[in-house]
Order: sequence, then C-alpha cells, then structure tokens
Amino acid sequence: MMKLFARNRHTVQRIGFSLITLMAVVTVLPIVGTVIFILFKGGSAVSWEFLTGFPHDGMRAGGILPAIIGTLYLTIGTAIFSVPLGIAAAIYLAEYAKENRLTRLIRLAIINLAGIPSVVYGLFGLGLFVLFLQFGTSILAASLTLSIMTLPVIISTAEESLRSVPQSFRTVSISLGATRWQTIRRIVLKEALPGILTGVILGLERAAGETAPILFTGAAFFLPRLPGSPFDATMALPYHLFVISTQVPEMPIQIQYGTALVLLVFVLTMNVVATVIRSRARARRQW
Amino acid sequence: MEKSLSFREFIITRLIQTSGYSAVLFVLLIFFFLLREGLPTISEVDTSSLMGVRWYPIESYFGILPLITGSLIVTLGAALIAVPFGIGTAVYISEIAPRWMREILKPLVELLGGLPSVVLGFLGILVVSPYLRVFLDLPTGLTAFTGSLLLGGIAVPTVVSVAEDALDAVPRAYREGAWALGATNWQTIWRVTLPAAKSGVLTAIMLGVGRAIGETMTVMMVTGNAPVLAIKLGSLFSPVRTMTATIAAEMGEVANGSTHYHVLFFIGMVLFLISLIVNVIASTVVFRAKKRAERILS
Repeated sequence: MMKLFARNRHTVQRIGFSLITLMAVVTVLPIVGTVIFILFKGGSAVSWEFLTGFPHDGMRAGGILPAIIGTLYLTIGTAIFSVPLGIAAAIYLAEYAKENRLTRLIRLAIINLAGIPSVVYGLFGLGLFVLFLQFGTSILAASLTLSIMTLPVIISTAEESLRSVPQSFRTVSISLGATRWQTIRRIVLKEALPGILTGVILGLERAAGETAPILFTGAAFFLPRLPGSPFDATMALPYHLFVISTQVPEMPIQIQYGTALVLLVFVLTMNVVATVIRSRARARRQW
Repeated sequence: MEKSLSFREFIITRLIQTSGYSAVLFVLLIFFFLLREGLPTISEVDTSSLMGVRWYPIESYFGILPLITGSLIVTLGAALIAVPFGIGTAVYISEIAPRWMREILKPLVELLGGLPSVVLGFLGILVVSPYLRVFLDLPTGLTAFTGSLLLGGIAVPTVVSVAEDALDAVPRAYREGAWALGATNWQTIWRVTLPAAKSGVLTAIMLGVGRAIGETMTVMMVTGNAPVLAIKLGSLFSPVRTMTATIAAEMGEVANGSTHYHVLFFIGMVLFLISLIVNVIASTVVFRAKKRAERILS
C-alpha cells in the first residue's frame, strides 16, 4: 500500500511537471513564433528605398523614413526629460529619503504611475501639454507625455541598482572627506551605471513602441516632409503601423509587414542591448 | 572654495529632493486634468442616460454601460488565459527549469513584455482573427475573444515576472523542510512554496488584470468596436468595444470642450480610478505580506 502510494505521488509529480512545462512552452513559443513570423514576412519588403524613402500614392507605395525619424525624435525627446528626472528621483529614494509617510506616498505614486493605462496618459497629455500649455499637437507634447509614462520604469530600476551598491563604498568615500553628493556622483553612480542604463533603455523601449499616448498629442497621419521643430507633429512607426493596417483601404500587405518588422527591430534591439548590458555587468561585478 | 562647495551641495540636494517628489506631483496633475475635463459630464449628461445601454454619441446617447461590460468581458477572458499560463510559467522558471533554461526563458518573457501592442494588434487582424473566424465558424473574427487571447499575451509577462519574484523570495529552508519530511518536489511546490508566496502571486494576478484592462491599441484593433451590451456568455464571441478603445478611437474626432469630449475624459477618469484602486490594493497586499514574513523570520 505504501509502495503504491509512493509510486503514485511520483507519477503525479511527473504528470504535474509535464503539464507545467507544457504551459511554459505554450507561453513562450508564440513569442518566438511572432518574432520569426514577422522577420520572415517583412524581410522581403525591407529595402534601402523602403527605409530612406517617403511614402507616396496615399502611403500605398514608397518608404517609411518620416515614421522612422519621427520615432527616433520621440525617443530622444522622451530621454531628454525622463532620464535626468528619473535618475534624480531614484537617487533621492535610494540615498536621501527616510522611511516615513512621505516616502511611502512617493512609492505609492510611482506604482500608480506605472499602472495608469496608456490612453489615459494620452488624455492627460492632451489636457495639459496640447491644450492648457498650448504646445499643440507636437513632438514636444508627445515626448513630455511619454516621459511621464516612462518615469516609473526608470525610477524603480535605477533605485534598485543604486541600492545594490554596498554601503561600505559610501562609508569609505565619506571618511576620505568627500561630501555626500561627491560620493554619489563619483562612487555610487559609477558603480550603479550598468543597472541604471538597463532601466533607461527598457523604459525608452516602451516609449518607442507606444501608440495610445501619442494619438492625440503628437502623431500625424501623414507628413510630406520631416518635422522641422519640436512644435511640429510627426509620423511615428507604431502609429503608422496602426494607420496602414486599419485606416487605409487596399494597403499592400508587404508594406504593412515591412513596417511591423522595422518597428520590431527598433524595439528588440533596445531590449537586447539592455539585456546584454545587464548580464555583462552582473558577470563582471566583484561585490 | 569651502563655501561654494557647500552651496553647490545644497542646490543639488534640493534638486534631487524635488525630483523625488515629482512622481506625487504627476499623479496629482493627471488626476486634476482628468477631473477638469471630465467632471462637466455630470452637469451635461444626466446620470440615467450616462448609465444607459446605448452609446451613440452622434445622437447624444452617452450610455457607458456597454463600454464597461466590453472592458470587463475582454479583461475576464484575458485573465482566464494569463493567470494559469502566467503562474504556470513562473513556477516552471523558478522551481522546475534547469539554470540554463531559466537564463533563456526570463529574457524571452521580458521580450514579450516589450513587444509593442500595435504589433500584436496587427498580427491579430492579419493572422489570429481570420483563423478564429474559420475555426470557430463565426461571422467575424474580430470579437471579444480575439481581444482576450491577445490581451492574455500582453498580461502574461507582468504575471510571470511578479509571481516569479514572489516564488524566488520564499526562503529555501521552507522547501528543505518539506523535502526532509519526504514530500516530492511537486508536493512541495503545491503545498509549501505556492502558499508561502500567495500574496505575491495575488499581486501578480492583480497587476496582470490591471495591465489588461488598460490596454488600448490591441483591443481597438481586434475586438470589432461594436458598443453593445456584453452580458451573455455568447458576447465573448461577438464584437464588443472597450472603454480604452472608445477613447482612442473617438478623441481624435471630437471638438474640444464638447459634451462628447467631456464624456471621453470622464471614461478616462473611470479608468484612472480603476487602476488606482487595483494598484493601491496590490501594493498594500505586498506590504502586509512583507511585514508578516519579517515577523516569522525574526
């Protein structure tokens, strides 16, 4: 009886493990499948002309240069606002903040910022930047909207990375006569840099792929030329993909897959760079 | 020299402090602007019509009930997919997979989290929905179920990473104790590790659901966008329209300051409050659990 039971529970374990493994496979396979599928389908559409040309014939022919440049502008614009602010906020939380009610409130606010639906950021950007501050539908308004959305990702990863620097590094630096800020700038930030960089790239990756926040704050359906100033609206890869896959009738399927491919490569490159920076820093770390 | 150094230090400290407070400021600003543009709804549309079942803004029917049920049914479907698969994958990564497998799987799941939702929506239109239409013999492939399927994929990375952190945080001694009592790995997972990580897993589910209810582009592209009341089980296989998709689809066409404009902001306010509630509850669950764990271990 005991023996039967024993065999039985090992059978249960075998079945259970197979089931869980199967679930993991079912979860991961579509991810790999999606990426390969788009690389495969879009590959033939991507050419030098596609990457460097302007769309014509109602976007049914030509290239997607303005969308690529637009996404580049938006990503850079987002970085300009969110990177310094995010890192400074992380420094405050990791190095200065005491564990009190105010700090808990800040943490709660960060968690909430991370959870707010992207389209609500779009509404907020429309209300504050486009209408109230009168930036108009512009790269500036869209970048500001995206940076607030990116902020929680940057703050939380940067804080974690700052906290992982051993306390003794700070003690030694202070005891050598350095001020607090000198210690943070020359010792702590330097050691935490790879982790912070990873967070920054992951945050910007999200911003580059988002559509909803820029819908009413900076995205243009079609522009015959590149945006000339931060106060111009711009085309952007994710919005362009949305437009050509839902709003333009008789859109050649090749251009759709090609655009999806370029967006995917843009975003995945950032993802891979972030992962590589992190794993290399982990391997090299001596503390 | 000495004085200028301490002056600089003072300025920089103040700057950093202000940046630290900025998150609170932004949440307040977002709430303020949603209120500012959304609250006029209450005086412009009477409550009974706002709670009505008809959304047809051109003729001033602003019943948001179909949109709420649309969001709920799509999110429910997504949760039914994302929760078992997300937790299963988290258990696999943290408890079963060999080390090298873990090193491959974790970045892959993170990758899914980084896939732009518009790309998933695009594939939903071109691949998933035609297939579903034929396979399930439906008049259209653009249904709530299609949305749920893709949203499940979007919510999975959130569920996996939070649940996996929670499982990882269970002290090794718990597992060793179970093994010493003769439990198999499987029994240990079910009766010791998962229950010990319960609050973290709960947080994972809540954050996953929060992610799903707020998703915009994918649902707008694949759910068919028909604002009908979705309260029957069959609604899962017919077109619906969510709150997020309504805002995204209609905001571009309304006149600033019109009733329609205010109602869309009102819906945004509802979404904001939902995400606020989900996140506050999720974070207090974690907070309380952490305290309990500290008590047990000390």
